[in-house]
Amino acid sequence: MRGQDMYDVIIIGAGVSGCAIARELSRYEGNFCVLEKSEDVCCGTSKANSGIVHAGHDAKPGSMMAKMNVRGNFLMESLSKELDFPFKRNGSMVLCLEEDKKDKLTALYEQGIVNGVPGLQLLDGKKARELEPNISPDTVAAIYAPSGGIVCPFGLNIALAENACTNGVKFYFHTEVRELDREQDGWSVKTNNGEFQSRFVVNAAGVYADVLHNMVSEEKIHIVQRRGDYMLMDHAVGDYVSHTIFQLPDEKGKGVLVTPTTHGNLMVGPTAIDVEDKEGNQTTQEGLDQIREKAGRMVVNPPLWEVITSFAGLRAHEDGHEFIIGEVKDAPGFVDCAGIESPGLTSAPAIGEYVAGLLQEHFKWKKNPEFTGTRKGILNPGDLSPEERNQLIKENPSYGTIICRCENVTEGEIIDAINRPLGARTLDGIKRRTRAGMGRCQSGFCSPKTMEIMARELEISQTEICKSGPESFILKK
Amino acid sequence: MTQCDLVIIGGGPAGLAAAVAARKQGVEDILILERDGELGGILNQCIHNGFGLHTFSEELTGPEYAARFIEKVQEEAIPYKLHTMVLNITKEKTVTAMNREDGLFDIQAKAIVLAMGCRERPRGALNIPGYRPAGIFSAGTAQRLVNIEGFMPGREVVILGSGDIGLIMARRMTLKGAKVKVVAEVMPYSGGLKRNIVQCLDDYNIPLKLSHTVIDIQGKERLTGVTLAQVDENRRPVPGTEIQYKCDTLLLSVGLIPENELSKSAGIQIGSVTRGPVVNESLETSVEGIFACGNVLHVHDLVDYVSEEASMAGENAAHYIKNKEMYAARKEIPVNTGEGVRYTVPETLDIQRMRSNQTLRFRVGSVYTGAYVSVYLDDKRIQHKKRQVLAPGEMETVILKQEELQKYPKLQKITVRIEEE
Repeated sequence: MRGQDMYDVIIIGAGVSGCAIARELSRYEGNFCVLEKSEDVCCGTSKANSGIVHAGHDAKPGSMMAKMNVRGNFLMESLSKELDFPFKRNGSMVLCLEEDKKDKLTALYEQGIVNGVPGLQLLDGKKARELEPNISPDTVAAIYAPSGGIVCPFGLNIALAENACTNGVKFYFHTEVRELDREQDGWSVKTNNGEFQSRFVVNAAGVYADVLHNMVSEEKIHIVQRRGDYMLMDHAVGDYVSHTIFQLPDEKGKGVLVTPTTHGNLMVGPTAIDVEDKEGNQTTQEGLDQIREKAGRMVVNPPLWEVITSFAGLRAHEDGHEFIIGEVKDAPGFVDCAGIESPGLTSAPAIGEYVAGLLQEHFKWKKNPEFTGTRKGILNPGDLSPEERNQLIKENPSYGTIICRCENVTEGEIIDAINRPLGARTLDGIKRRTRAGMGRCQSGFCSPKTMEIMARELEISQTEICKSGPESFILKK
Repeated sequence: MTQCDLVIIGGGPAGLAAAVAARKQGVEDILILERDGELGGILNQCIHNGFGLHTFSEELTGPEYAARFIEKVQEEAIPYKLHTMVLNITKEKTVTAMNREDGLFDIQAKAIVLAMGCRERPRGALNIPGYRPAGIFSAGTAQRLVNIEGFMPGREVVILGSGDIGLIMARRMTLKGAKVKVVAEVMPYSGGLKRNIVQCLDDYNIPLKLSHTVIDIQGKERLTGVTLAQVDENRRPVPGTEIQYKCDTLLLSVGLIPENELSKSAGIQIGSVTRGPVVNESLETSVEGIFACGNVLHVHDLVDYVSEEASMAGENAAHYIKNKEMYAARKEIPVNTGEGVRYTVPETLDIQRMRSNQTLRFRVGSVYTGAYVSVYLDDKRIQHKKRQVLAPGEMETVILKQEELQKYPKLQKITVRIEEE
């Protein structure tokens, strides 16, 4: 058995939902751990999505999605300050491009009001274009949601995980759950990395949540991987729009959006293409063509010549299109957190609060006296005044060496990313924590230098360094 | 704030030649800022030979070529700072830079020479669909890993793009024991030098597939294969022409982009074709007293031409420092691109300031055999020279004579065009 004794709660999955739950649980004096099959936190759905903090007008009134969305949106701002991750309330717009669809727009607006979305406004085409000059001249009306925002999805996920870790939650990586057995006082969780015992299990396994659920319950659920392809553009065009621009949603979801990111890039996507493979996150020509075409309908001449990368993520779409959150009826002690597709990222803080609340009702833990609710992110010297920056370099000269010239990331930041709680162990891990390699040259210049730093700090050979998964070696031995 | 007559940004071949030339013109106060750990730039990783035929009439390796200029910099005792990143420049010519020893610091320059070089176009910019595994490198990154760091990036290699670095790396990987299966080029012609195709591909029996591109990338962790397909005249894949290659490495040599983020911070106008600063005959950018040369200005085929151009920029910067008033009034005649010509450098020309023999460099847009390079002063053709072959991979030159241009006081425009029989 792994760990010193029986856990109160094992969370399966270190994505944004799992880590949000872990962080909320860490407020209590319980014994918690997170099992993650990948090498790092934020490796599945949480790493490849729109990074949007949705206002909350899209979900059906009364649904879990609607409640979690509006609550998550409300919590995000204060959380971003407590845990120091990039968030901006840039406002969002839903465009109506055809006269005969205005009714649909009005209905969406009214749904937003019912869901409790604050500050919603209906604009005519002219007003909408005044607010956002580069939107399509065909815009006949728009919803403006001032509470819409953008968040760095890695930043949010990593911050939650680090804070949970600091407050005593254990994380096991490369640990894939193979079997779940109900025992007298809880669950036996069998993994490729040993057996774990726990009173409760939380299933936050993203696109695999149905597999786990169906191991323990007769009431089967089914998740389909709904792939979203994206294109990311250079900072040079990061201000092409200032709001997040949506079209009217269709049966497959909110459709393609055009948005600035918290780091000053411009992003377009996603598609919605259902795939069989739970790891099938490759982009396709069809997908990329769709984005080009759809983005071109929403904004005038989208600057796609500035694309620096394209990628795809998989949404965990459950057939009922609703968040499935709660204890499974025929599996006491097994709590689902399944079907967390959009607005899952927005909802994460609310999901964490809600699931931790459910568990606290059962366990009635005491408060964790050592809980620290704040966390400092990796210092970005670019945010300092020149005087402060010079002081920093004097104290720690590694902040004077730029490693990633595209994103101006210093050696000091990379060392911090490696050595902090749940530190980066892969090139992608460094990238998600510091942005080194995420810029316009896409790691061409910095990766050899980053690898050198990793080898030095981790006391390993450069030939052992992986991009992400355990077989993704950068170099050949 | 520290004052400096001439700040040179970049200590590669362009920056070094500019520094040496400026010193020869009597500029005492020069500072070279280099982001890497040694002078010489990308030449340091180009350990193959073929450099210097024009400049030194002998064949040198990249490091040897760089050493010739580094020695001159050291002989002239020109100061330089290594591991120093320039973070910003302004149109008032304040340079903000940073390193471990000095921290963040500002320098007020009288003149600046931009010599930051270029970067490689990454996979993302091409929108090649597929997975994103390890094993995809730009050719220059692979070159650094092999030649500087001493590592092998892969064993079974496909190369996309027949730019010079891709061709050189096809040979280099083969010599290091890798199997280079194919070089694919989306265009119907190679973007590299003819001599590199012969010496790097033909001599090693590496096939070059023109009008082909990668349409899919396989492998979730490390690359396991790529799919190539033929493309039509619009560069769209032709269905039914797919070929599957098993490989663990994909090298990309699909274009170089001048690194002008700093230039943009100073508000310098950037050309849409070269993606480098728009310059006049003095290689002066749209901001007075800021000059540009080498690959930051436009991507060169041979380093010899970089050195030649950079020497001009260095001399001009020296001239500017001493004769500032000559640069304030601009009476510049546009140099236009006619049929077949993608761009020219410089883009404008002042007859007063131009040299008696002014070099104008350009590239053509496709392959021509037996065509003429013509120069027009307004509608009058003054040059018409037959060339056996003109190719996009090779930079072309025409020389304009000051005394000839002085005969046309009302000259409105100069045009370079390619004329076929």
